[in-house]
Amino acid sequence: MGMTMVEKILAAHAGRESLEPGEIVNAKLDLVLGNDITTPVAIEEFEKIGVEKVFDKDKIALVPDHFTPNKDINSAGQTKSIREFAAEMEITNYFEIGEMGIEHCLLPEQGLVKPGQIIIGADSHTCTYGAFGALGTGVGSTDMAAGMATGEAWFKVPETMKFVFSGELQPWVSGKDLILHTIGDIGVDGALYRAMEFSGEVIDKLSMADRMTISNMAIEAGGKCGLIAPDEKTFKYLEGRVDDDYQVYKSDEDANCYDVIEYDVSKLEPQVAFPHSPENTRPISQVGQVPIDQVVIGSCTNGRLKDIREAAEVLKGKKKAPHVRLLIFPGTQEIYKQAMHEGLVEILIDAGAAVSTPTCGPCLGGHMGVLAAGEKAISTTNRNFVGRMGHPDSEVYLSNPAVAAASAITGKIVSPEEVV
Amino acid sequence: MKLEGGVWKYGDDVDTDVIIPARYLNTSDPAELAKHCLEDLDSEFTEKMSPGDIIVAGDNFGCGSSREHAPLAIKAAGVSCIIANSFARIFYRNSINIGLPILESEDAVSSISEGDKISVDLDQGLIKNLSKDEEYQARPFPEFMQELIASGGLIKYLQEKVNKNG
Repeated sequence: MGMTMVEKILAAHAGRESLEPGEIVNAKLDLVLGNDITTPVAIEEFEKIGVEKVFDKDKIALVPDHFTPNKDINSAGQTKSIREFAAEMEITNYFEIGEMGIEHCLLPEQGLVKPGQIIIGADSHTCTYGAFGALGTGVGSTDMAAGMATGEAWFKVPETMKFVFSGELQPWVSGKDLILHTIGDIGVDGALYRAMEFSGEVIDKLSMADRMTISNMAIEAGGKCGLIAPDEKTFKYLEGRVDDDYQVYKSDEDANCYDVIEYDVSKLEPQVAFPHSPENTRPISQVGQVPIDQVVIGSCTNGRLKDIREAAEVLKGKKKAPHVRLLIFPGTQEIYKQAMHEGLVEILIDAGAAVSTPTCGPCLGGHMGVLAAGEKAISTTNRNFVGRMGHPDSEVYLSNPAVAAASAITGKIVSPEEVV
Repeated sequence: MKLEGGVWKYGDDVDTDVIIPARYLNTSDPAELAKHCLEDLDSEFTEKMSPGDIIVAGDNFGCGSSREHAPLAIKAAGVSCIIANSFARIFYRNSINIGLPILESEDAVSSISEGDKISVDLDQGLIKNLSKDEEYQARPFPEFMQELIASGGLIKYLQEKVNKNG
């Protein structure tokens, strides 16, 4: 009997030849990640354990990105505690404002993510690293603390659900639409406790940015990780960013899977997830009249250069609707700089956008675009729960960057085809 | 350990944003978080609940963000235990790690009504409905998790290991 990708990665890190779904194993960690909300709690817990130092100062990444630049005095206190901890522990990968980015855009760009690794992050979207064939998975602050102290974590070996995409994508359909469609189909607990694995000719053709968008939202279906087998595109992205001392794992043909779900996506339209769940998806043609007050383009889901390019392509030479606030968040300083270099920032500003320094900001209702009662936003982020972007009586609609940009122009949710 | 309390019942997919909205995450003080526990799901929860009360919910409780502030808020509010059909995986880990008792039982969830008085024997995984005179069995935890729970959470478990090694 063959093994799945996630089984192989876990076995390699647990010193085992083979293992079975359901088993609990202790595995070595390649990277432990935390942000400005989760790390302060992790530091408190770390200090209780009774060890002097972190297990490896080069294998911890601290990225204050949620409420930064500090939104208030309490948040400033939280980032201060991280800054001091990073200095005390001589942590190599601490990213200060001006060098930072949204964690899941930043870490791959910095060469901190490699195929075959195990990465735990005190952030649920750590599953993004599945796009590189790495077992990235979200944990809480206490697991992060234990990981920083011991370099290990316990894992229950998950069953694998395979998702195979075939066909030819329509214009303006991207990775976001594939994952929203999948979540709409299986539901927000459709992959609970399981590893999701994405493959097929459609995935093969996708950019790394689109693949990261897909893996990023595995958690929105309850998945433990969202794996994509590394290929030439992966290796090309990694070139110059990482040493080639990594292991590539792929699922065996005869590996046991919980389920294999096949989608022919040739006719798939851009998808919009209605409030208040990512599973409430509708094709753009069935959205109806939804007026909007705010548009958010960015986040760990869709804040990469490809996403900014797509938004600029739609907005070029056009103006947002007068009453709409159009907020754009490049994922990292590097993405911001490249967007400037390509003239995208100018296109966006001319269209009436506010282009921000990288931050998670409004995605979680933190700052930089919080909604009032009764307001509606279309957003390229990952969650549209009650109160996610602000007041509990506000609404968030999730889409890809092109749909969000088009909607900014018309002031209601529309397909890019209506404006380009 | 035996727990007893009144039941507050909720549906499926209770997410961590409604358990503790991000607008309160500029602190990790459990007492402060407890004041806003479940605020965007049931704004009167903290006023009407009594210490020791038990939350009973459907599928996928605690889905969404990894914020440990969610189980911390529930624990600090005085909730003694959560019973659900299933828990989202990060919330599940976090609860065990911080010593917030959780149990999975479809029987219990389908039979228990809001306001019922129930008792829970954590060691046996046995749930007794004192209002309806019924009993339900929760799914047992794997052995390793039982060790973690018995230690009082992951940090105490590691402290024991650090002390043993010396």
